[in-house]
Amino acid sequence: MAVTLTDTAADRIKIFLENRGKGVGLRLGVKTSGCSGMAYVIEFVDEINESDQVFEDHGIKVIIDQKSMVYLDGTELDFKRDGLNEGFEFNNPNVKDSCGCGESFTV
Amino acid sequence: MALLHISEPGQTSVPHQRRLAVGIDLGTTNSLVATVRSGLAETLADEAGEHLLPSVVRYRKGQGPQVGQSAKEAAPTDPMNTIVSVKRLMGRDLQELRKNEFAAYEYAGEESSVPRICTEGGDVSAVEVSAEILKVLRDRAEASLGGELTGAVITVPAYFDDAQRQATKDAARLAGLHVLRLLNEPTAAAVAYGLDKKSDGVIAIYDLGGGTFDISVLRLKKGVFEVMATAGDSALGGDDMDRAIARWIMAQAGIQDDADHAQLRRLLHEARRVKEMLTDADETSVEITRMDNTVWRGSLTRMQMNELINSLVKKTINPCRRALRDAGLSIDDISEVVMVGGSTRVPMVREKVEAFFNKPPLVDIDPDKVVAVGAAFQADILAGNKPDEAMLLLDVIPLSLGLETMGGLVEKVINRNTTIPVARAQDFTTYKDGQTAMSIHVLQGEREMVQDCRSLARFSLRDIPPMVAGAARIRVTFQVDADGLLSVAAEEQSSGVQSSIEVKPTYGLEDSEVEQMLRDSMDHASEDMVARMLREQQVEADRAMEALTAALQKDGEKYLDDEERAGIDQQMDSLQTVRQQDDIEAIKLAIARLEKTCAGYVERRMNGSIQDAMSGHKIEEFES
Repeated sequence: MAVTLTDTAADRIKIFLENRGKGVGLRLGVKTSGCSGMAYVIEFVDEINESDQVFEDHGIKVIIDQKSMVYLDGTELDFKRDGLNEGFEFNNPNVKDSCGCGESFTV
Repeated sequence: MALLHISEPGQTSVPHQRRLAVGIDLGTTNSLVATVRSGLAETLADEAGEHLLPSVVRYRKGQGPQVGQSAKEAAPTDPMNTIVSVKRLMGRDLQELRKNEFAAYEYAGEESSVPRICTEGGDVSAVEVSAEILKVLRDRAEASLGGELTGAVITVPAYFDDAQRQATKDAARLAGLHVLRLLNEPTAAAVAYGLDKKSDGVIAIYDLGGGTFDISVLRLKKGVFEVMATAGDSALGGDDMDRAIARWIMAQAGIQDDADHAQLRRLLHEARRVKEMLTDADETSVEITRMDNTVWRGSLTRMQMNELINSLVKKTINPCRRALRDAGLSIDDISEVVMVGGSTRVPMVREKVEAFFNKPPLVDIDPDKVVAVGAAFQADILAGNKPDEAMLLLDVIPLSLGLETMGGLVEKVINRNTTIPVARAQDFTTYKDGQTAMSIHVLQGEREMVQDCRSLARFSLRDIPPMVAGAARIRVTFQVDADGLLSVAAEEQSSGVQSSIEVKPTYGLEDSEVEQMLRDSMDHASEDMVARMLREQQVEADRAMEALTAALQKDGEKYLDDEERAGIDQQMDSLQTVRQQDDIEAIKLAIARLEKTCAGYVERRMNGSIQDAMSGHKIEEFES
């Protein structure tokens, strides 16, 4: 059971965490909503909950709650540029189908 | 593929409902757009990696408008079709423009209508020109953020009046942007430095751009920025420094004053390069090709440049002094000085500002971008991407808020242009004897009558203990929080019964409706006043008849003979008749007549009730 960060993703996360000036790490997760069933959560973390699993990759604490872990196992988080647009992308091997925009998915 | 960003804890939005918001610095010389992604505020670049968009639009025959760098380059050769510094034209009428040296265009149309600039590509208004600039920034933002924008915060100079602010809003609407808020430029700069998070203080914003200089003094009080004073010079900026350096180069290189366009452009370009080099270097080489293609080479030290620009920099200090005087402050009262505008990179500017204010100015954020960055922070909060406690408190109420009183009149509780957050309370009372409930109708608008204002909400206060009319004290409190969220609470003071409701007034009306309502209120001011007076008299008539009818039912027979009773009934009938018509004076007169006719009855009743109250008591009981 693991989730990894690409080098570019890790670099950006470090910048964002430093800029924010507080927080223990990065939360990845899923929640049930969106047009195709599930949607990704990517948030700063101020407090780690009891049900959270904590990984460390590139020196960054990645925090995932147990329920989300099932859906995210094996995921690689990347930071991509697409024209002028840029942002994080989940490369999730569990996804069977996603909506056109990729903001939500089913497993 | 949607690319995601990091949210604050618990603030992840539902897919397809991400709230993309930007801050736009719509500048005289250059414009910028910025946004907050993963908590970091950044200005957005175009495909070529350029962040600054020159605020220049060129209109040519049969072609779409050309915006930005290419238009700027065409400005010297095609001056009449290329609109530069359109910001100076915003919200101005033809008379004002004719006097403005920066607005040397040809205008079409009548004196009274919105001035339109004649170009090859058709006649355009300042609002339309600004809209073209905003469109380019909107497209850039939507491409960078991968979706449609929820809204934008656009900055305006603190001294912009209503007409100029409205013109800016109109331009945004024309560009398909939803304006979350217009923000004062100096306030945006202060927000970029997080100064809004401090509780109190006085901040000076020194803004030296390409062609304008502004100094603003802001007071921060409990999170609200109040503009205390502004001053400046609308024809002073970095371009003047470039010209001073260019003149020096001309003198050194033996170039005459009759230099052609291309030569002058080369000179200014080199002057600007030299100025920028001397921000970090103490000395730099200078090179210029003369018209005969010979090359002059030399060098300029920072010391020399300082001499060249000394008088220009000095010219900014007097307005600083004036702004302080206008604000009634001394230099020691200033807690922070913020530097805005590319020209504040010049070391000598920083030295002079530090020397004047007696403290080092804030320079960490790129002075070209600081206003856009502050606007982006504000936009992010207004779009709802931040937890509640991060709310900024920087707005005013666009239209008055009030409630309906008897007769369909609107009683204003909070006047327009009041800064929010705000809470105001007003006491009301019951209209009828034994009234146990009160309906509260919340309205927005400037007009006097309910039907001319926008209804926002209705709710009732029940269980008021029965009392005679006018005895209950019902305190209605209007509270508008920083987000424009209005809550209205009503409480009967003696019994403590209460009731309340929440409304969002800012979402009740489109900006265009707000504008329309403001216009209406001015257009209809006098007829509104008459309508109000009429309704007041009608309410007064109703109240008088109501009270009299109740009294007559109770003890009319006891105190009145048939003749007297008939007289009263007759006066009441005639009041009832004139009350239906709209002659204010006639109603007043009829009320007075009725009161006169009843005078005897009222006196007997009063004596009677005193007798009732005293009967069964000894006289001594009343003497103490």
